[in-house]
Amino acid sequence: MLTKRIIPCLDIKNGQTVKGVNFVNLIHAGDPVELAQAYVLQGADELVFLDITATVENRKTLIELVERVAAAINIPFTVGGGISTIQDVDALLNAGADKVSINSSAVKDPSLINNLSDRFGSQCIVVAIDTRKEDDWKVYTHGGRNATAMYTKQWVKEIEERGGGEILLTSMDHDGTKNGFALDITKWCTDNLSIPVIASGGAGNNAHFADVFNFANADAALAASVFHFGEIKIPDLKMYLKDHNVPVRL
Amino acid sequence: MNLVVIKYNAGNTKSVEHTLSRLGVQAVITDDAEQIQNADKVIFPGVGHAEATMKYLKEKNLDKVIKNITQPFLGICLGQQLMCAHSEEGDVDCLGIFPVKVKKFKSADNHIKIPQMGWNNLYDLKSPLFKNIPDLSFVYFVHSYYSEVNENTIATCDYIHPFSAALQKDNFYATQFHPEKSADAGQKIIQNFIELC
Repeated sequence: MLTKRIIPCLDIKNGQTVKGVNFVNLIHAGDPVELAQAYVLQGADELVFLDITATVENRKTLIELVERVAAAINIPFTVGGGISTIQDVDALLNAGADKVSINSSAVKDPSLINNLSDRFGSQCIVVAIDTRKEDDWKVYTHGGRNATAMYTKQWVKEIEERGGGEILLTSMDHDGTKNGFALDITKWCTDNLSIPVIASGGAGNNAHFADVFNFANADAALAASVFHFGEIKIPDLKMYLKDHNVPVRL
Repeated sequence: MNLVVIKYNAGNTKSVEHTLSRLGVQAVITDDAEQIQNADKVIFPGVGHAEATMKYLKEKNLDKVIKNITQPFLGICLGQQLMCAHSEEGDVDCLGIFPVKVKKFKSADNHIKIPQMGWNNLYDLKSPLFKNIPDLSFVYFVHSYYSEVNENTIATCDYIHPFSAALQKDNFYATQFHPEKSADAGQKIIQNFIELC
């Protein structure tokens, strides 16, 4: 049976792991390669590396990091942050990334999704969305700093039509709160899309993961600080999920 | 051992190279027909589109080279699909090593996503490729197309319905999953290919 995926996210700045709480106030949380290996041993199903500085100067550092990660681990990993061209994606996939995640660049130019999907295959194109509930769920860009006029429900359908392979949906209202995932918008997406949805933002305990899988039907769930600081341990989480009828890889 | 990984337009060879190097094997990455023909073993990885890739293989004459290989040969993911007779992806005739068709998964329900993306388990394991791999071991899949279970099936997996997770005929082996991304179980399967096949 296909299992639900548990995905730790490593936010990267200058080759080091950091995690923002509500996207500011960064706290140091370890060496990315060491952390990645630890997560593989714990039973993480995939990893996401998000370059939160994503400047041209840092690109080379990121590529070197991706090469080191690819040599060190044998599970799939995604790299995101500042990706806006075919060349960016080519360099990251060649360095050993399995998937790339695009966000603001896809909002700015949605045809990027078609171009990347045609060139590299939709299976390696993850489209990330930062969303916040206003009159309805709206799309934000640039790490949640910039509001847009776009509605999330329309945007995810467009992403699917353009050949996006997966949606990484982060609720800014829930991120950093540890009060649980945004179940309503996650469920709307899984009910209305044929591509997998990764829920992100708000994980605080094991029950939150069971809810997002059992109620919102997420295909995968992503979290950062609760894993980095050991507040949730992946083997315990997976045992809990198994006991709550969520198929997991043990 | 002279192990060749075939490099072509749909190959993401990096992860395979890393897995081999963890097993102490320095592979040659090439699309050169002579080097492929002279290898002790050949790995044919693949991520991409069946029709576009078949066209490329034909242009490079690699289709004939692959069909005539007599050494142990392992196709991965798209590699397995290309070794079958025909693929619905672009309605294209493939290499025909396995006399089966490759079909697209059909889901009537948005809760069953296509592609299948993630970890699923194997059963009915039947080949030295799976020596010391327990039934129900988890491996990593990313695919929208599959082959039905048939006489060449050496591992089965369920998604919507049972399908061939691995195939074997004579010296030709193939996996629909990505052993190079399947943690310790995947690494063991590649080690078995190197040592036992």
